[in-house]
Amino acid sequence: MENTQKKEQPTTHKIGIYLWIWGLLFVLSFFSYMVDWFQFQGLLRWSLILLFMFLKAGLIMAFFMHLFWERYALVNVLLWPMTAIACFVGLMVAEFKYTLFTRIFYFFIGG
Amino acid sequence: MSDPKIEGYQFKPGFKGMAADAGSDQTIFKGVHWGKAMMWIFLLSDTFIFSCFLISYMKGRGSTPVDWPNPSEVFGLHVGGVDVPLLLIAIMTFVLITSSGTMALAVKYGYERNRKMCGWLILATALGGLTFVGMQAFEWSKLIHEGVRPWENPFGAKQFGSFFFMITGFHGTHVSIGVIFLCIYAYKTFAGHYDEGKRGWFTSMKGNYVEIEILGLYWHFVDLVWVFIFAFFYLW
Repeated sequence: MENTQKKEQPTTHKIGIYLWIWGLLFVLSFFSYMVDWFQFQGLLRWSLILLFMFLKAGLIMAFFMHLFWERYALVNVLLWPMTAIACFVGLMVAEFKYTLFTRIFYFFIGG
Repeated sequence: MSDPKIEGYQFKPGFKGMAADAGSDQTIFKGVHWGKAMMWIFLLSDTFIFSCFLISYMKGRGSTPVDWPNPSEVFGLHVGGVDVPLLLIAIMTFVLITSSGTMALAVKYGYERNRKMCGWLILATALGGLTFVGMQAFEWSKLIHEGVRPWENPFGAKQFGSFFFMITGFHGTHVSIGVIFLCIYAYKTFAGHYDEGKRGWFTSMKGNYVEIEILGLYWHFVDLVWVFIFAFFYLW
């Protein structure tokens, strides 16, 4: 029966796509290592680090974890909760700035 | 995509499919293997755990007026008379990406029912993971030898050690558990459990190559977490 055959043999992707992503991940990792090697500092350093990090994470999730080919329902269930993490990061940035301010104020200037 | 189809169920792609999925009768993600859906849910919860670690690290590092130790010196190696910054960490990163690539290929060959290729690639992945854990053990012992403790270290802010051991330790535990499961699945693949549909040890579920994909999801997640740790802890 055609139906049962479909059940047994899911679709796969060509090997080329995996090798390409693999190579790209190597190149991106090499670039992010170079950021440290050349000792870039300041804005350039952390924007490059974030860029390479998100590119690598995106490639791994999209192709190695097959999210690119996955149904939207699953993709959305997985990616929307990340906004909660982004909110949490924002809250904690405000928090650590305040903590740093109070520490500097009371340790060095005095209350 | 690569899931057994439910008879009579027509999957619609795009946002229409999403609406149909979310509003569907009885179950969401129709046709997706339950193990795969549950692995994704687990990985989502694990994402939150690692996020909490990394966010607390950000908060700790950002709120101390003391200078943070320079990771490029702390994790540098002295090779052949030259100080190479972050050398071990770079090698660890490449090893983990290599093992992620072999795992992706193992999933592909599994679905193509190429039992031997699938098994060998899973073993190669396990070997990569084992190498990674070994290098991490070397890094830990080196730092402990240099006097890094969760409560103090000779390089700078005292919080450094506790964040380092907690975050890399939790990640290393994930890698170790992954290696154990990779070995079990390599055995099951070579023994042909997925070709014959043999039932598992703790479950009545019939063996299917989708299990390799589920294992692969976990392994890629471990690699994914390392991408973030590498960026935030070692490069920042």
